[in-house]
Amino acid sequence: MGIKDLSFKKSLWVFHLSAGSCNNCDIEILDLLTPRYDVERFGMKLVGSIRHADVLLVTGIITKKTKARVLEVYEQAPKPIIVIAIGACPCTGGIFASGYNFAGPLDKVIPVDAYIPGCPPKPEAMLAGVMKLLAPPPPEQANANK
Amino acid sequence: MGIEIFYFLIFPGLLFSGIIGGLISWADRKITARVQFRKGPPILQPLYDFVKLLAKETIIPLRGSVTTFILAPVFALFGAVISAVFILLPVLGIETGFAGDIIVIIYLLNIPSFTYIIGALASGNPLAAVGASREMKLILSYEMPFLLVLISIIIKSGMTIRLSEIVAYQAANGAFIGSLSGIIGFIAIMMCIQAKMGLVPFDMAEGEGEICDGIIIEFSGSILAFFKLTKYIMFFALPALVAGLFFGGLSLSGINILWSVLKVLAVVLLITLVRNTNPRVRIEQAMKFFWIWMNLFAVISIVLALMGL
Repeated sequence: MGIKDLSFKKSLWVFHLSAGSCNNCDIEILDLLTPRYDVERFGMKLVGSIRHADVLLVTGIITKKTKARVLEVYEQAPKPIIVIAIGACPCTGGIFASGYNFAGPLDKVIPVDAYIPGCPPKPEAMLAGVMKLLAPPPPEQANANK
Repeated sequence: MGIEIFYFLIFPGLLFSGIIGGLISWADRKITARVQFRKGPPILQPLYDFVKLLAKETIIPLRGSVTTFILAPVFALFGAVISAVFILLPVLGIETGFAGDIIVIIYLLNIPSFTYIIGALASGNPLAAVGASREMKLILSYEMPFLLVLISIIIKSGMTIRLSEIVAYQAANGAFIGSLSGIIGFIAIMMCIQAKMGLVPFDMAEGEGEICDGIIIEFSGSILAFFKLTKYIMFFALPALVAGLFFGGLSLSGINILWSVLKVLAVVLLITLVRNTNPRVRIEQAMKFFWIWMNLFAVISIVLALMGL
């Protein structure tokens, strides 16, 4: 692992995009910045502009109105970018999956790297998901990919 | 010729002040974390941030002036490095500088702020334009008390406009922080530095909550890394200037190196504590604060200096 990959993993700047959530997942994301969880010790911090982001957190269902906006925000992000779907809504649609304005789960719109289900997911679950995503693949899986 | 390039690129310049500035920026984040009962980032965090930004994609906005947009961070870095060189050479006692270098330093310290404005306006983003206009007003506010405090320093050191002579005067007659006018001037200049660095409570030019990072909103990848490096260097150059003007300069020989580190760290600690215990003020509150209160402090400092206190 070179210094480039190492510094990418050690300094993830997070942009938080709510595609129309009930604010529950958003509050749980903000919990991660509090003294109890303190993700800054892993170098993560929230940034205000998508141009600075390395991680795109998407919460809430993707409606027909927000689908275009989610796509636009994804295209504005500097690559490489990690997309994480937080909560049941962007993962599957959750209880809104049969709604008239539901435009499909997030992976139908943009490529998703990690799914963290839950309604809302606990902060521990989000941290565990990110850590699993960043950890090097276990040896048997690495062999299976070859 | 060779020694100037060495000064600019290696010893007090780019490499040295970049590394020390990165460490100071880590110390700032760590102190912030400890104040909020958190653990804080690892010591190599500024390096990770910088390398990661260098390796990322740089996006050029469609509606904007491309050349100005790319060159603004480069000139910000040049301005920060050359002001660090002009400050650190006399303050560390390496070279004596030239007569009137404190006036040159005043101008050079403004280059990063001006390039923020130019880069933000070149990006064509409306939020960046809001941030740029706030930064412009902030410069208009803090420059006046900054100059007045420097005039008070010049009066106290016997009408010399040479930074090395100011440092030498304090070595002979005691540091200026020990006198009444020195303390009042120190308070005013700390507030000006807080605004120059763009830190809370004067970070309205890049308010994350309201205008999404404002002046640096469109910058990404390696040009954002240049802005980061500029901030690191300014975080070392400005406390070093305060240490030179009020604490009798820095020294790199023997046990004095400990005193130098303590002087710089004391200034950084003050900046960080002010930034952690205050909310962001609005731009007109900041202007009122600087134009009325800080100018008053600076004028009192000048009057006391003329009276010899």
